[in-house]
Amino acid sequence: MNTSVTIAGVTFKNPVMTASGTFGSGMEYGEFVDLNRLGAVVTKGVANVPWPGNPTPRVAEVYGGMLNAIGLQNPGIDVFIERDIPFLKQYDTKIIVNVCGKTVEDYVEVVERLADTDVDMLEINVSCPNVKEGAIAFGQKADALFGITSEIKKHAKQPVIMKLSPNVTDITEMAKAAEAAGADALSLINTITGMKIDIHKRTFALANKTGGMSGPAIKPVAVRMVYQVANAVQIPIIGMGGISNAEDAIEFMLAGATAISVGAANFINPYATEEIVQGIEDYMQKYNVADIKDLIGAVK
Amino acid sequence: MQKKKLTAVITSQKEIAPGIFDMWIATELAKGAVPGQFICLYPKDKSTLLPRPISICEADKEKEQLRIVYRVAGKGTAEFSAYKEGDTVEVLGTLGNGFPVEEATGKKVFLMGGGIGIPPMLELAKNMQADKQIVVGYRDDKTFLREDLEKNGTVYIATEDGSVGTKGNVMDAIRENGLQADMIFACGPMPMLRAIKKYAEEAGIPAYISLEEHMACGVGACLGCVVKTKEKDHHSHVHNARICTDGPVFEAREVDI
Repeated sequence: MNTSVTIAGVTFKNPVMTASGTFGSGMEYGEFVDLNRLGAVVTKGVANVPWPGNPTPRVAEVYGGMLNAIGLQNPGIDVFIERDIPFLKQYDTKIIVNVCGKTVEDYVEVVERLADTDVDMLEINVSCPNVKEGAIAFGQKADALFGITSEIKKHAKQPVIMKLSPNVTDITEMAKAAEAAGADALSLINTITGMKIDIHKRTFALANKTGGMSGPAIKPVAVRMVYQVANAVQIPIIGMGGISNAEDAIEFMLAGATAISVGAANFINPYATEEIVQGIEDYMQKYNVADIKDLIGAVK
Repeated sequence: MQKKKLTAVITSQKEIAPGIFDMWIATELAKGAVPGQFICLYPKDKSTLLPRPISICEADKEKEQLRIVYRVAGKGTAEFSAYKEGDTVEVLGTLGNGFPVEEATGKKVFLMGGGIGIPPMLELAKNMQADKQIVVGYRDDKTFLREDLEKNGTVYIATEDGSVGTKGNVMDAIRENGLQADMIFACGPMPMLRAIKKYAEEAGIPAYISLEEHMACGVGACLGCVVKTKEKDHHSHVHNARICTDGPVFEAREVDI
């Protein structure tokens, strides 16, 4: 049984990854799961300098999911290179670094700092709905996305994944712009912008007022977008959005994803990633799937 | 001790004050529990997915049982409150750093609890070798855990309606009884913790306060539950410590609340 998948020349032992921002740099969940079992760890977003993030409350539960407005709190690239990369290098898993910034120059600085490090891929976060400058500003207009993607590709030594926002009219336009600018892969979806109001306190549940929705409730939206994008571009897709178990993961692959990421499910079940790796193997055995690549985009 | 998520069995549950439930669960997590730590309980209802952080009220290490005393605050805790003996619940634990119990040895201390911040004071009092003045604040005469606390120290009570003890809050009870201490351990609502921080700073004594904030993961990954700190936090280096893992107990001078 072959569970490996390849994206932009990087081969992953299986298609199971962690969604950025839900898994730190692996340290916290390393107490629960064997990181060696994962296809890749996708890190929390890292900027050129430390970011303090948003005021609290930063998280709120909603029906079948959650909202977050963390605001990309991170220690900056210096600490990341010194601490987080060596930690992850102890494991037999691929490292995908999520990169965030306020300006094109910020992103390029991080990408250049990572050029000489031993990480496997870069995921460019142009879709965080919770920071005012940068990020989403690049991810909601096709020309802006084309611009930042081309600029990053000029400086990146590792393959570049552009992470797309679902908060757009037509995600295929964004996907095509990223592909045309040279992106090696796409990941989708980031969280869906939402809001919750506490009717007893008559306040917003989040200090940021709006937040990104994740969790099982958003899965049908994500599956639909993965399917649409898979039919619009040639580059591989990492699918995510509400994946809680192996059945969900298979569904995303059948819709066209080459790999999948597990996000909010980690909070609900800290063993989720490893259980999904196992569950995919069980599915392949049950249905006599010799090569997992046969599942990718199999439902037309 | 390694954090684990596992299935616990409810061994007893009763309502000890309106909306306040007292539950014992059988779980091996009891063995490693430290006063001031918490556990997360997961509702079975899949519309309420996130774990609910609840402080440990007592840990029976021999019988491997944990006691939690919690207030019904929403759908998740309402579900827990309906559990009966023999039911099961998914539990993540044990979480957080707990109180520095040893520092109190031989000293005169305040253990201060307000409302649903009172339960962790019981396990703390049971494990502390000190002159313990337990100062607790309630809304009214439903003084839950009072008898348990009285077995472990001298208890002073404040009630908002004045029905028992001092009328007012825990700070009023300290003043009215002319109490003093070398050190404070506290858990309760934010206005109470702010008052304690101010009192401790003026008196020049350490105060270890237990904080709460909305959490998603409970293990330090999501960065949802942060508190502003005086020094750079060791995780993100941005003066935002994680309450779930760097806390929930902080020395009051370290945090900006």
